[in-house]
Amino acid sequence: MSESIGTEAEVPSWTRATRDFIGKRLPLAHFLPDRQPAYVGSWVYVFGVATIASLAWVMLSGVILAFFGPQWWHVTGLGRFVNSVHFWSVQALFIFMVLHLWGQYFMASWRDGRAPTWMVGVVIWLVMIVTAFTGYLSQQNFDSQWIGVNAKDAINSSGGGAFFNVLNFGQMYGIHVMLLPIGITVLVILHIVQVRAKGVVRPIEGKGRGA
Amino acid sequence: MDSPAGYINWAFISISVPNLIVIGGMVLVFALALILPFPHSTSTKSSKR
Repeated sequence: MSESIGTEAEVPSWTRATRDFIGKRLPLAHFLPDRQPAYVGSWVYVFGVATIASLAWVMLSGVILAFFGPQWWHVTGLGRFVNSVHFWSVQALFIFMVLHLWGQYFMASWRDGRAPTWMVGVVIWLVMIVTAFTGYLSQQNFDSQWIGVNAKDAINSSGGGAFFNVLNFGQMYGIHVMLLPIGITVLVILHIVQVRAKGVVRPIEGKGRGA
Repeated sequence: MDSPAGYINWAFISISVPNLIVIGGMVLVFALALILPFPHSTSTKSSKR
């Protein structure tokens, strides 16, 4: 037991392999940088952070709504305020996410090995849309009933009705407050780690300029 | 608030006024983000402040 201390360098180890894997791809200086290239000094790069800030407000207000329940968010003044915060932070989230998408699209930010970062962003976008749809179905008012009655035809025509009943509040609410938020959180963390690992993409060089 | 939104119809394009305002605002914010100068740190050239 004690003689293994000095000779462990050659022993195969999941821990060491994981440490080496992370250390090569995401050193701490890349993960928590205190300086950025000069080209990052543009308001376009603020949209991604604004999206995350909006998501934080969505999550915070959503946790409060889930804790106190539908009657509270429909009847009490504070509940209606938090309900409104949840709704408007979602609007901000989608607006900033689309502005972030426009910025990354026009600078072709999938270049130089960043395609997986782009693809994870696309998946986050799609999951966000499904989350918003289930959110509209979880309002517990006539609006959500109307949306559900119409949405059932759309989802049934796609075959998804075999798995999802949009008129089932429990199923939609569970998906909205548990499964999809967990997925979004994991994907957003992965997206940020991918950005930090590769760094911000260089601007597209104009003609006559050196690389 | 309870009345339906007005719609703008142009050829095959049909869009509500609120949606058009939001999209127009987003285009404006995007253009401003490209045009407006970003406040830089005063210690751009020195490695430490």
